[in-house]
Formats: sequence, structure tokens, C-alpha cells
Amino acid sequence: MDWFTPLEIEALGLSLRVAVVSVICSLPFGLAAAWLLARRSFPGKSLVDGVIHLPLVVPPVVVGYVLLVALGRRGVIGGWLYDSFGVTIAFTWKGAAIAAAVMAFPLMVRAMRLSLEAVDRRLEAAARTLGAGKARVFVTITLPLMAPGILAGVVLAFARALGEFGATITFVSNIPGETRTLPIALYTLTQTPDGEAAAARLAVISVGLALAAIVASEWIARRMARRLGGGA
Amino acid sequence: MIEVDIRRKLGDFTLEAAFTGSHGGITALFGRSGAGKTTLINMLAGLDRPDAGRIVVNGEVLFDAAAGIDKAPEKRRLGYIFQEGRLFPHMSVRRNLAYGMKRYDTADEFDLIVALLDIGPLLDRSPHTLSGGEKQRVEIGRALLANPRLLLMDGPLASLDGPRKAEILPFIERLRDELAMPIVYVTHAMEEIVRLADTLVIMSDGKVAAVGAVEELMSRLDLRPLTGRYEAGAVLTVTVVGHDEERAITRLGFDGMTLVVPYANIPVGEDLRIRIRARDVSLALSAPDDISILNIFPGRVVEISDRKDGQMDVIVDVGARIWARVTRLAVNRLALEPGMEVYALVKAVAIDRQSLGRRTGINIQGDAGVA
Repeated sequence: MDWFTPLEIEALGLSLRVAVVSVICSLPFGLAAAWLLARRSFPGKSLVDGVIHLPLVVPPVVVGYVLLVALGRRGVIGGWLYDSFGVTIAFTWKGAAIAAAVMAFPLMVRAMRLSLEAVDRRLEAAARTLGAGKARVFVTITLPLMAPGILAGVVLAFARALGEFGATITFVSNIPGETRTLPIALYTLTQTPDGEAAAARLAVISVGLALAAIVASEWIARRMARRLGGGA
Repeated sequence: MIEVDIRRKLGDFTLEAAFTGSHGGITALFGRSGAGKTTLINMLAGLDRPDAGRIVVNGEVLFDAAAGIDKAPEKRRLGYIFQEGRLFPHMSVRRNLAYGMKRYDTADEFDLIVALLDIGPLLDRSPHTLSGGEKQRVEIGRALLANPRLLLMDGPLASLDGPRKAEILPFIERLRDELAMPIVYVTHAMEEIVRLADTLVIMSDGKVAAVGAVEELMSRLDLRPLTGRYEAGAVLTVTVVGHDEERAITRLGFDGMTLVVPYANIPVGEDLRIRIRARDVSLALSAPDDISILNIFPGRVVEISDRKDGQMDVIVDVGARIWARVTRLAVNRLALEPGMEVYALVKAVAIDRQSLGRRTGINIQGDAGVA
């Protein structure tokens, strides 16, 4: 561990924690949203679709500001959380995870939705004629067949969460050890005299991390494709 | 026993089908593509919902619009063999087969079905490495292992080439004969019906045009536009009477007559169904004796009917009804009329292996107790 400075370890560890927690917590919601958009039709569907995709197009600062208004200690939801449970989200790493999750959500849903739409519904029908109820069909047929899409969604969301900056700094600020993730630490160093060398190191670490995530996901995707019958 | 009486509107097309299938055996749904066959069995399976009507299988109501009954597909216990093959690509053959098995099923049943369909060597393979015929066998095994009370087969041979068809047909016969599995079989291939089916349901434009025994419906001239042109002909049930291996012939008996065909390796006493194509039957006013044709049956003209193409169909009762296709010129020259005595001439070699249909008799004793 002598390779990294304590500051780098702190930022790297925090970034990984924020990204992992945000992806794991948003996964069930992402699946539900993908299923809703791919398989259901209901009034206001295009509005829901639009709202889910909003973080992709509005400035991240706006997302951070909205989160602050809603989840800040005096915010609508944040105030209630603090009064009822004593939980504070704003200016903590949990808030950073939420900001990352919201920003990454459209990417995750998009990938999952596409893969769900590609699942052959005739296979699901076949499973039902074999005596499997809807829940069993979803777990044993639908989920495994959309696994490559889930993986793609997870990797995209993870990468997006690692790189989250605008919404995070707006919502949870720049607190060393609490909310100073890799990109924020990098930004801070560029604003500091003599910080160029340390900033360059952090940039290299960020690129290395992203590369590792992509290589790992490619490897898993190839294994999945082999199991699903040599491509397709 | 299947009772169907359903209605379903699909755009301009209305499916309106009512029929009662026999107990056990194979009920064939026959009709051109677009006649509504697949929609009908999807409704039986619960994958499509009729607008109105009732579906009852073995006394259990699966669907009744008036009573608000619509059982989920997984509760119907109807095996479904799909035309295009629907093995789960992410599972091995073994896991595909086991998908519909209940936990209390014994390994014996698995082994029995695997042996019956000869798929033992495929168990650890992945579905995408299988040939079309192998896939279809695995699919049949998977449906059987889910312990269905009835098997729905939607053109299981339609996507296979000739040799693959010949590979699968005996297995379907084994389901019928060894497992006594009632089957609803969708097809537009007449040779499969002659070989397999007991009851025939002819569908046309979303309606049931006729229901009855294969032999009976095939001899009806009014159904001729639906049963096909080129391949049309009479279907008879015959018994193997004897062989003459030296002269390479087999004798088949029906209604006191003997039909000579090329040697076929089938035990004496076996009941068979054969098809005599109308284009292979000639007519004569007197019995010719210096002719190579071996089968000369005296009979009486029952019906003569025009075909669109100017040829004519003549039905002759020789004990059973045989169907001859001749030109208008021939009818005029012989001055054929209903009631006339004629001789029907059938070339022995016209009855080839493909004309030999299913072995009957096994199901005639009735009770379809599942093995």
C-alpha cells in the first residue's frame, strides 16, 4: 500500500464505497423501472420515461440542487427523516451515494430495458406451459436471459457513479473523508498551489479503475454469451 | 376428451371453433396456414384468451367466459411442443428436461423418457449444439416430464427436412402407442395425418369445416378443396394378410378384398392405414386380364364430380370407397354415370412406403391409461 498516499487511499476508498453502494441500492429500482417500461403500458408512461431520463440531460448541478432541497435537513423528505429517525443525508457519504445513484439511474435502466425487450417472450410462455408460475419464470428464464443487459447496466452505472461530480459537490459539498470522492479530490488539487503532480496521479488512478471495470465486465459478458449459446 | 367452443376476433379475422375431440389418440387440426390452428391451440394452452366460449379437457373446465374461469397456463397441465423450438438457451439439455418436473418425481420417469426418445447422449449438451431433430426430441421429452394430461403439438415437423421428419415420426408414434398420450396435432401435411391421426378436425378461415375419422373425411368430395388436390385420395384401414417374399409383395385385406402392394416388413395381422391417391387409380368397364396392374376391384360408381381444372373425380364403392381422378374425355368415352358397374385398377407400386399410414388397433381397445 506504499504505492498510494493516504489522501489517495481515502479518496479511492470513498469513491469505491459510494459507487458500490449506489449501484447495489439502485439495482432493484432499476430492474423495476426497466420492467415497467419494457413490459407494461399505463397512462403517463412516456412521462415516467422522461423523468427517469432527466438526469441525463439536465445540468448535474440542478440534480444536486433538487436533492438538497428535498433531502437536506430542512428539506421535505430530509426534514422528516431527521425528525423521525435522526438520519442525516446531506453532507454525508450516503448523500454522495444517492447523488451518484440518481445520476447513473437512466444509464442502468436503459441497458436493462433493452435487454428485457430482447428476451424472447415465447420462451417465457413455454416455461409456463411446463408448470412454472410467473415468479418462477421471471427468476429462472427472464433474469438469466437478460443477465448480459443487467451486467452492462451495472458497469455503466458503476462507471458513472465513480465519475460523479456536479450533483455530488452541490448536494454533499467537499468534505475530506466524508464526501471528497476521487473526482472531487482531483478538482480540489487542481485548485491548490503545487497540486499538479498529485492531481496527475489521481487522474491516472481514475483511468486505471475505469479500465479495470470495463475489462472485467467484458470478461464476464463473454462467459455469459458462451453459456447462452455462442453469442446472440 | 376435449370440448372446444370458442370465439375470438383478431382484426378482420374471426376464429369460431367448436368441436369435440375423441378420447385418447391423436386429434389432428388440419388447414392451410392462416386457418387459425395455432391460435386455437394457444387458447387451449392458455397463452391466448378467447373472447367467448368454453374449453373443457377431461371434464375439467379450463376456460369459461360466462363463468369467469380462465386457468393460468401453468395450472392446465397441457404439454406444448412449439413449431420453431423453444428450448431454454441458458440451460443444458438435462436442465431443460428437468424444468417441468415436480420434486416428487422419481428418476425412473426421467430415465424412461430419455430412453424412449433416445436422447441419453445429449444430456450434457447445450441446446444450440443440437440438430433440428434432436431439439424437437428434447422438447417432446421436456413436455412429457412435466406430466401433462394432453400434448399439444404445433406442426412439430414443419421446420424439419424430409430425413429429419422421418427421424421424429416414429417417436410421435411411440408416444401414442406406448404412453397412450392423447395428442392434439396441428399440421398442414396430409401424409402426417394419414400416418398419425385418429380424428381429423378440418379448419378453414377460422371455422371448423368438418370433424370426423380420417378415413371418413378423406373420402368426402365436398371437403376436397380443403384436403388438398395433388395428394388427394382415399384412406383405407387394412390388415396385413400375408407376404410373398419371393415375389416381393405384401397382401393387405380390407372389406373382403385383397390389395397387393410391394413387400413391406410389417407383421401379419397388423392393422394399417393406407392412402390410395386418386391419380393412381384407373377405371375400366370390363376386367382386363392381360395387364400388369395387380389390383382390380369390381365396384359401382357412387359419385362423379367436376374439378376446377376440367378433370373429374369419380368415387367407386368396391366395398370401401376408392377415389379415381380421370379426364373428362375418359368419363365421356366410358359414359360413366352413378350406379354403373366398373372396375377400379390400382397399380401395386403406387402404394409406396409413404402411403402406408399409422398402425391402428393399439388404441382401439380404448382406455387411455397413462403409463
